[in-house]
Amino acid sequence: MDPVLERVIVEAAVKIALVFFVVLTTVAYMTWVERRVSAWIQDRRGPNRVGPFGLLQPLADGIKFLFKEEITPPHVYRPVYLLAPILILVPALLTISVVPFGPALRLFGRDVPLRVADVDNGVLIILAFASMGVYGIALAGWSSNNKYSLMGGLRSSAQLISYELAMGLAIVGILMSAGSLRLSDVVARQAEHGWNVLWQLPGFVVFLTAAFAETNRLPFDLPEAETELVAGYHTEYSGMRFSMFYMAEYANMVTASCLAATLYLGGYHVPGLQRLGLPQNAAAIVQLLAFGIKVAFFLFVYVWVRWTIPRFRYDQLMNLGWKVLLPVALVHIVWVAFIVLMGWA
Amino acid sequence: MSASAVIFYVLASIAVLSAAMVIWSRYPVHSALYLVTTFLSVAGIYVLFEAEFVAAVQVLVYAGGIMVLFLFVILLVNLKDTLGPRVRLHATFSSLIGTAVVGLILYVYSQGRVPGSPGAAPMLREGGNLQAIGTSLYREYLLPFEIASVLLLVAMIGTIILARQKT
Repeated sequence: MDPVLERVIVEAAVKIALVFFVVLTTVAYMTWVERRVSAWIQDRRGPNRVGPFGLLQPLADGIKFLFKEEITPPHVYRPVYLLAPILILVPALLTISVVPFGPALRLFGRDVPLRVADVDNGVLIILAFASMGVYGIALAGWSSNNKYSLMGGLRSSAQLISYELAMGLAIVGILMSAGSLRLSDVVARQAEHGWNVLWQLPGFVVFLTAAFAETNRLPFDLPEAETELVAGYHTEYSGMRFSMFYMAEYANMVTASCLAATLYLGGYHVPGLQRLGLPQNAAAIVQLLAFGIKVAFFLFVYVWVRWTIPRFRYDQLMNLGWKVLLPVALVHIVWVAFIVLMGWA
Repeated sequence: MSASAVIFYVLASIAVLSAAMVIWSRYPVHSALYLVTTFLSVAGIYVLFEAEFVAAVQVLVYAGGIMVLFLFVILLVNLKDTLGPRVRLHATFSSLIGTAVVGLILYVYSQGRVPGSPGAAPMLREGGNLQAIGTSLYREYLLPFEIASVLLLVAMIGTIILARQKT
């Protein structure tokens, strides 16, 4: 094979494996963080028996899931029932491929950019994968052949469609200021002109709210509202397949946090880092860490909000999406357009 | 055969096969899923031709947006009620129109009037997909674009009115 092509393929494969490993580890440890933080908020102790501070709990959970008996109820529609957890997990993991984690790292005499793919339409691809996530949920609900599951699936699809719109419109503001759909351009612009959150606060709030709804987290977790729908669309799932829904939820949280950090908090940009005059690799690692801290902040906010705010009612959820977030996002676009036109930003 | 040709034929055959399965499967939900497969493999073909923007929009709008609404209707509506003599009439009309369209495409193709795709790729590469599409859409084809959006608006208003009458 052509040596250049071979190098490109090897580099991409290593990056994909690394990102996969990091994301899945984060997903596993988010379950631990969630339980510890919720315990802290509720003045309990949380899991603290497996390993120091309960740090090995995710491992124990994973082993338990693997050894659990998988029950396939007789009334389900098998092909779609088996496919649905895969359909929900794959888009959740794919989205992360366009996120820039940091600038280029100098390795073996070459610049290695810290992202899997730097594509022209990064933002569009994120929205496209986000919209594919609905299938897993809707089909899981339908194929389970259970009224609670179906209700959960339908609610979730309606919710995703409604909030996708507000999220897309909030992102339009970012695109107008950056003049590009490429995520690395968005980061570069923020490094030059200041973080987007400083002057696009309404867009940021709309984006964050929509991201909560997109990931089906409290206060928008109506698809699995246990007081009315048992467990919603994954009522009939057990064992590893059930845990795939869980992993998808946390993977979506990680992706949404990465996006929020990239679009509004300047991505891997650290203010004033250039003045220190660090060598390229050291600066890159600092920026990578800064990105990690920003993502961790949003992940913490996710958990924090979940254990603080009670669940919305379904009509309140729809009203909020269509009558509050959508108009705010539209006005926000006009505002950003005005600022960009006047050349103030 | 080059690698891109192999990928093209794989994607194209998946697209055609699942398009055929859309018609042949007995359950509407299966048809919908096969249609999504067709959309996705067509999006893959767009990527192969370096039209990434169109590919992303294809997934976002067709596979993601429209098909979800479609699936909604299929999940909620009892389709057995609608079967009847009217369906047969519809089928006759649709098959006539479909045959006519296929005939037209074959005719144009046999005349050699299909513009070659290789000419388009360098232009797309220059300023990126997005700029090429944006410039041609908002400069050269502004009027058709606006007409299409008005058409969509009319359809939206019509849907709202139809939905309101029922309740």
